[in-house]
Amino acid sequence: MNSLSSYLLLSAVLFSIGLSGALIRRNAILVLIGIELMLNAANLNFIAFWRYGRHPEMLTGVMFVIFSIGVAAAEAAVGLSIIVAVYRHFRTTDLDKINFLKG
Amino acid sequence: MTLSFMLLAAIAILGAAAAMNLKTAVHCVLALTLGMVGLAALYLQLGAQFVGLTQVLVYVGAVAILAVFAIMLTRSRTGETLAPGSVSSRLSGALTALLVFAVLAWAILTGVSPQPLSGAQPEASVREVGVALMQRFVLPLEIIGVLLTAALIGAGVLAIEEKGGDR
Repeated sequence: MNSLSSYLLLSAVLFSIGLSGALIRRNAILVLIGIELMLNAANLNFIAFWRYGRHPEMLTGVMFVIFSIGVAAAEAAVGLSIIVAVYRHFRTTDLDKINFLKG
Repeated sequence: MTLSFMLLAAIAILGAAAAMNLKTAVHCVLALTLGMVGLAALYLQLGAQFVGLTQVLVYVGAVAILAVFAIMLTRSRTGETLAPGSVSSRLSGALTALLVFAVLAWAILTGVSPQPLSGAQPEASVREVGVALMQRFVLPLEIIGVLLTAALIGAGVLAIEEKGGDR
């Protein structure tokens, strides 16, 4: 097992933890945190492949992660404000109790 | 696998697992910041300085604060009750995650070639990243700027208190 596989395995562990959290937790904010964890696991993959792959001087992996972090920040801001707006309506963030779309 | 990798991986996994398992929402966010710090240190260890520092700024700084504010704004009056779902839903969720991990681990362990990869440590110094952002990646940079502006305005519009509504 070389160092690339160990980084990829770590990323797989983080992805699975995030996935289990997103599936199991019932609080909308914690589900969003689980999704953030999965995104970060993918970012770790990009950096590991950039470090151990060919042509690292092209900086493709690094650039991909920078833009991915930017998109993730936008996603977190919009997601959390949607959760706040939904909370105003339903008075809860429990996903089992938010069960209709009509406003 | 070096000792530093083991330590940082342990920190990242510990933070992530705690973020998904603790009972109080604020504790979960604090554990998430621990995991993000571990990940940022791993990026630094891999030679991606700018990404590591950005990770600290964005996740430990901005996203964690945002999540804490969202928790504060949505706290139920009856105290913190993070009731877990039913046993069957927890079981199926854990099983799904375990299956996904098994497939990923199988693909990694059989797919990555065992011969040593390029050993030269590449450096993505902040200067090089900046030059690349201003030359090859200038169009994506502009687009992400537009996206962030739109997201900022959209988040504000979504979260603003509705006045004069029927509620």
